[in-house]
Amino acid sequence: MTEILSLIVAKYNYWLYVILMMIGLYAMIAKNNLIKKLVGMNIFQTAIILFYVSIGYKKDATIPIIEGAHGGHGASGAAIHAADYINPLPHVLMLTAIVVSVATFGVAMALAVRVYQRYQTLEEDELRMRLSEK
Amino acid sequence: MRLIGFIIVCLTGAFLLYGTTELPDWGDPQSPASVHLSNHYIERAMEETQVPNLVTAVLADYRGFDTMFETAVIFCAGLACFLLLRDFRKEKERFYRHVPTGVILHFKDSKKKLPIGKEFQHMDKQWVPYDIIIQSVCRILIPFIQIYALYVVGHGDFSPGGGFQGGVIFGSSLILIAIAYDLKTLVTRIKEKVLGIFAAVGVLIYVGIGFICMLLGGNFLDYSKLAKIIPVDPGHIRALGMLGVEIGVGIAVMAVMAIIYINIVSEGKHDEGL
Repeated sequence: MTEILSLIVAKYNYWLYVILMMIGLYAMIAKNNLIKKLVGMNIFQTAIILFYVSIGYKKDATIPIIEGAHGGHGASGAAIHAADYINPLPHVLMLTAIVVSVATFGVAMALAVRVYQRYQTLEEDELRMRLSEK
Repeated sequence: MRLIGFIIVCLTGAFLLYGTTELPDWGDPQSPASVHLSNHYIERAMEETQVPNLVTAVLADYRGFDTMFETAVIFCAGLACFLLLRDFRKEKERFYRHVPTGVILHFKDSKKKLPIGKEFQHMDKQWVPYDIIIQSVCRILIPFIQIYALYVVGHGDFSPGGGFQGGVIFGSSLILIAIAYDLKTLVTRIKEKVLGIFAAVGVLIYVGIGFICMLLGGNFLDYSKLAKIIPVDPGHIRALGMLGVEIGVGIAVMAVMAIIYINIVSEGKHDEGL
């Protein structure tokens, strides 16, 4: 029991992301309304973004901006140690992922608006009924 | 369906949690993600690019090719919204508000128009209250939001920020105009055509800088070759190239945010909405 508890405490961040991701996945599978499915998709994406950012974290490290280098001619003298700065790579990947998720959300909303214009509903079962009527 | 969904979700979650036992601990400096490439970025990026903000250095220089296509994805999203929703049929009815008295005029013939100004104002079909507090506060705030957005783009090499963030802030200031006044105010101030051109120009600036580097004898997006045409300190030229690229990204993101918003809220009619 204590072993499992210590395992959870050492990796509690992953537990949070998995729970968040599963909430999003459940909304995408089980919800009937298309907008609620989109909200689920956004929660899912947020969980992945948090997961990536947490991978880049290091204990006792600061944000990935070199200190004392704003004069424009480099950090003269002082050597830069990789352990002092958190990993910039996941931040870069997620920076673009956030904007792309906003763009995909916009396209999904546009599709939802078109669906509503044509069938006057966003509920999935009603949509299926309207489609089978034809 | 709900039960099946719940079982699938529980199974997937259990598998993922089982997988996390192999992953490194929270904040472990020796985790596999932080021992190979990222050490090179952190220790060498400063002397290679002279950009203190490592995220910008990796985004716009080491992974510049990737970011170019991210910008193209944003552009395509704006294009998709336009193609899905844009509806060029004109609305027949028009509503105007006489500002001094608050009287509402209803025009059924689309050919008759009133001069918009101090005296008459456009109005949405769904009645929107004329709220002087919100309009005044937004009128004061919007220029500051926009200057902050320009700062975030321009200072992205040195402090947290960059093209994507600045572009989103600028785009949100445009959306704030549409929310505080009405959609027509935004659409008459920034024409749809201008927004479309901005979105394309942003991507073009990015690709153009890449091609200029090629014409000057380097690889695609090799900013160090720009030193041949821009007379600055050659150590600083990469930072300048990144700034140019970020400006392109910012313009494209700003325009696409506004395009997506305008098309969705007005269902492509560009006359009234939220």
